[in-house]
Amino acid sequence: MTTVRRLGDDPTRPITIAVLAMGGQGGGVLVDWIVDLAEHNGFLAQATSVAGVAQRTGATVYYLELFAEAHVQALRGPPIFALMPVPGEVDIVIASELMEAGRALQRGLVTPDRTTLICSSHRDYATLEKVAPGNGIADAAAVLEAGQTHALRFLHEDMKALAQKSGSVISATLFGALAGCGELPFSESAFEATIQRAGIGVEASLRALAAGVRAMREPVRVELAPDPMATSPRELPTRAASPAVEPLRQRIANTFPAHAHAMLGAGLQRVLEYQDIAYGHEYLDHMTRLQIRADACGSAVQAHLATLEAARWVAVAMAYDDIIRVADLKTRASRTARVRAEIGAGPDEVVGTVEYFHPRLEEILALLPPRLANGLARNHWLTGLLSAALARGQRVRPHTVRGHLLLHGLASLRHWRRHSLRHHQERAHLSAWLSQVLAIMPSDYALALELIRCRRVIKGYSDTHARGNSKFDRLSRAATMLQGRADAATALAALRAAALAEPGLTLLTQRWQELGLPEVTEISVETS
Amino acid sequence: MAERSFKAEVEKLRAPPGSVFHGEGILAVTKALLECGVGYVAGYQGSPISHLMDVLSDAEPILQALGVHFETSANEATAAATLSASVMYPIRGAVTWKSTVGTNVASDALANLASGGVTGGAVIILGEDYGEGSSIMQERSHAFAMKSQIWLLDPRPNLPTIVQTVHDAFELSEASRTPVMLELRVRACHLHGSFVTRENIRPPFTLRQALESPVRDTSRIVLPPASYLHEQEKITERWPAAVRFIEARGLNEFFEGEIADLGIIMLGGLYNNVQRALMSYGMSDLRGNSRIPLYVLNVAYPIIDAEVIRFCQGKRAVLIIEEGQPDYHEQAIHAVLGRAGMHVKVHGKDLLAKAGEYTVAELKRGLAGFLQRHHPAALAKPVAVGLPARGPRDPQPAETPASPSVSVPVLAGIVPARPPGFCIGCPERPIFSALTLVQEELGQHHISADIGCHLFAAMPPFHLGASTMGYGLGASSAAAFNVPASKRSIAMMGDGGFWHNGLASGISNAVFNKADGIIVIVDNNYSAATGGQDLPSSRLDKHNRSTRHAIGEALRGVGVEWIRTVDDTYDVNKMRDTLQEALTSDFQGPKVIVAQSECMLNKQRREKPLVAAADQRGERVVREKFGVDADICSGDHACMRLSGCPSLTLRNSGDPLKPDPVAHVDDGCVACGHCGEVADAAILCPSFYRIEWVRHPGGWERRLDKWRRRIVGWLQDRQRRTLAARTLYAGDPA
Repeated sequence: MTTVRRLGDDPTRPITIAVLAMGGQGGGVLVDWIVDLAEHNGFLAQATSVAGVAQRTGATVYYLELFAEAHVQALRGPPIFALMPVPGEVDIVIASELMEAGRALQRGLVTPDRTTLICSSHRDYATLEKVAPGNGIADAAAVLEAGQTHALRFLHEDMKALAQKSGSVISATLFGALAGCGELPFSESAFEATIQRAGIGVEASLRALAAGVRAMREPVRVELAPDPMATSPRELPTRAASPAVEPLRQRIANTFPAHAHAMLGAGLQRVLEYQDIAYGHEYLDHMTRLQIRADACGSAVQAHLATLEAARWVAVAMAYDDIIRVADLKTRASRTARVRAEIGAGPDEVVGTVEYFHPRLEEILALLPPRLANGLARNHWLTGLLSAALARGQRVRPHTVRGHLLLHGLASLRHWRRHSLRHHQERAHLSAWLSQVLAIMPSDYALALELIRCRRVIKGYSDTHARGNSKFDRLSRAATMLQGRADAATALAALRAAALAEPGLTLLTQRWQELGLPEVTEISVETS
Repeated sequence: MAERSFKAEVEKLRAPPGSVFHGEGILAVTKALLECGVGYVAGYQGSPISHLMDVLSDAEPILQALGVHFETSANEATAAATLSASVMYPIRGAVTWKSTVGTNVASDALANLASGGVTGGAVIILGEDYGEGSSIMQERSHAFAMKSQIWLLDPRPNLPTIVQTVHDAFELSEASRTPVMLELRVRACHLHGSFVTRENIRPPFTLRQALESPVRDTSRIVLPPASYLHEQEKITERWPAAVRFIEARGLNEFFEGEIADLGIIMLGGLYNNVQRALMSYGMSDLRGNSRIPLYVLNVAYPIIDAEVIRFCQGKRAVLIIEEGQPDYHEQAIHAVLGRAGMHVKVHGKDLLAKAGEYTVAELKRGLAGFLQRHHPAALAKPVAVGLPARGPRDPQPAETPASPSVSVPVLAGIVPARPPGFCIGCPERPIFSALTLVQEELGQHHISADIGCHLFAAMPPFHLGASTMGYGLGASSAAAFNVPASKRSIAMMGDGGFWHNGLASGISNAVFNKADGIIVIVDNNYSAATGGQDLPSSRLDKHNRSTRHAIGEALRGVGVEWIRTVDDTYDVNKMRDTLQEALTSDFQGPKVIVAQSECMLNKQRREKPLVAAADQRGERVVREKFGVDADICSGDHACMRLSGCPSLTLRNSGDPLKPDPVAHVDDGCVACGHCGEVADAAILCPSFYRIEWVRHPGGWERRLDKWRRRIVGWLQDRQRRTLAARTLYAGDPA
């Protein structure tokens, strides 16, 4: 390790430290500790902040200047401290979260000639990132890269996780990181003494401090996944766990390109769990038809992307979200265990859950056979009565016998599912979509691929699902209209991105107009 | 009960004389008030001076021992009027508030106070909420000083100077019979430093003495002819007295410098940052030995003509550094020099930004312009940072790279904005979820917002609220919309704003004018946005305050007939139905909904230690937390758009078939239930659940649980077997 600079020797300038934190993260506590540390170790300290309303979860900046009392005599008087960080003149920046480090970089507080950037690499997502119906998460890699190129030293580690492991809070691990970076003229025991003087949760804070120190001394470089929100499918096993599934596994292994095996395995597992063995065959039938067409269209050159994507989205379409599936998932033993693990409750402790259910009349009717459901839907007196009965949501307690039996009964409707109105609707939707994909593929493989990916916009339950469906219809129309254009695939991809970026249609409509597509007359929203 | 405890700070107020006080700027002021023998302190909380109020509110025994009266005023006008105790009697009084908003509210009383003048020292501590981190309109308090002729002090931002300035302020006030304002910018209020204490002093003349032997002098009452005489007296007596005092005491500071033909005139509050800017051009050092002479105005108003003339004598050019607009000082100094017939080139806002905060980077830019014109040699040397280009000012200084000459990575569009928002478990959030749902059904309405945490609804994810006209003025700002239309106006108001002035200016006004709109009063027990201070409607008993005055009763008292109280805002269904009822009701007249639930920040602070202690003692405690089933959540995030709870966040679905992140409730969850209620009310999805973890259950509860688990376990085993029969992967849990 190269020698680490020691700050504080210069009698002409103070040590400058900026802390960027979010309200509620304990940035103020960290600053108080640094002040205490400096004042007990022969330094003058000045700290400022603009907390104000930013304390309510907003981003805020704290700033400190430290100066050795030993230098004061040479200066012939106390130093004049600045009240805010100056771009280009900050020695250490501590950011309590990755995007706050990004903010420090953006403000010019981190410069390669001078600034050590200490940052917790964890993410606390901002509201703006959370509200997108798709994946609105900011690009962490860009910030990490900027940190590497713009800081004198860039020290990052998941300080939040370290704090949790130590039973403490992030301000303590960050304080440890400041000690561990080794640039302040204070010993590690001086940092510990500050924690002891503070006198609150001393044991845990000391553990966290030590963890922070270690993290800086023995940094673990975590490679970032290209998309941290994507999960890779498991390898297709060499043998299926259940003998009944083995023929299906062999179908995948023998008739599909190796590239798509893992995703097909994941898709198969989903539809099997969802329904039964026959449904698994149905899934592979759809996939086979697609594979044959794709092969004829030079799919191998395209790395079988269409097969890979369809393996995912056909399974998602076939395993549509309904009450039966929800009841099934909520009653599983694995789910009970997961909930206990979530709070860290022991196996013998009394833990229960209260589930928030609110099915609409539409969801109930959708369980009936189409003719009966449609007949009932026309009976306004009855639907009015039923709607009123369903106006309030249900609270179900699956750990009680009554609650569990209710959900168990609903889950058993799986055997009846194929006869339901919903199933008919979903099957029709799936087959229309696949037909369109197959029809487009010979002339424009890339466009067909994008149309497969468009299934991503359909998600959720009730109104959310209806909105997704309506967006999908627009995209599917766009695919038809774009056919023949050279930019068809990229145009459809852009439309899809717009649909996933916001809940409404503003962006989608804007892109639509930019592409010169004809006005859409309002499409009837198919509620299913 | 404020959200922070100030026990440790209160002890600091007892520090014996000669000890070193370490702490925040605003606490140093609090200590200095006691050292000055103040007889009474009042004010209205608000950033950045809330801590002054909070500490004094917790410091009752000390104040009692000293015989100092402390009041939390109903609003800033009340606080300003409180100073009238110093008009007739030799009692020192101090008041405080957030400025300029508070000064706006107080200005009627302030003008009357300044007209008649004072006998005892009257000092107004202004938290000048300007620049980064400010939550209000950007204005200077300076205008109030000029219009009413109240002296304005703006000390250099270090604790010894600030403390000395408090002492000076009282003396100046008494010497000139004029109230004095002392302004402290946000960073100075929150500045940690140290000073050497003096002894706390009992007021030599007490309020009790005044009450028991009252004095009356009609010449001090603002009534003609006295009011005409006051105006003359201000100019002929009080102003000259102030000038004499300021000059004699040397309140403004002169610093020599070798480049004697140049000079910088600046406000005291900006001194430190100007010094840092000078340092980067090698024009000063860390001790503050500037090469250019400095004239530091610790008194921002009045300008001392003789001092200005003395400083500018023999100078080619001076730079005036005053933050914000208009350029009052530049104009005044131009006039002084003009009248004196002096030819000095005066720079100011020709070189520095006309509007906006003077950050060190901005000061460097302005100084560079000044040096370039009058001392280019200074710039010939390589300096740390070059000349930044002058560009249009960004309205959000927090997000702008302060100096383009520093290499800044391009992260625009990547780093998300993070404005303040509702806390975890905030009871106000469900009100806006309900309002969103109502508008989905009944269409968009005109919503007048108010000041308070509820104003955060204007930001994502809610995007609600079209205007804010000032604290407690939510209902008033909907006043014009009292005409027949197919939709009614909706006005928000917090309990803080309600008691501040909203009851009269908003509610009573709506009753009298037969307004037909909706007024939603957010009643969370405290003045939450300013730090959780108590209000008349607070629900905790305080021995020195009268609380538990229900807002509903006040409403009935001023004649509101249609009142609905929702005593659990988390019940989104009820909240939505109540709003819907108000918007569609046939009732003509103001419809007021009181939405009640305690501020979660305060509630947690009170209850969390109690629950933890009960758990420790082995008592039966139900711990609650919300959760989301990742396999049921479809990753549409509609719940986030209707909630925005910081605890409701995203994570990897763990499912290769689901590339979009799913919802996740993190450990910060306080189990307020809002996410579940919203999923229910908006019919979103069934992935939310509440975990109930019974700590130390009773014997019967244990037996019941065992029995339940046996039956449920048997059913789960059956389910597991049927799932295993159609499973691809070995060891797949079910």
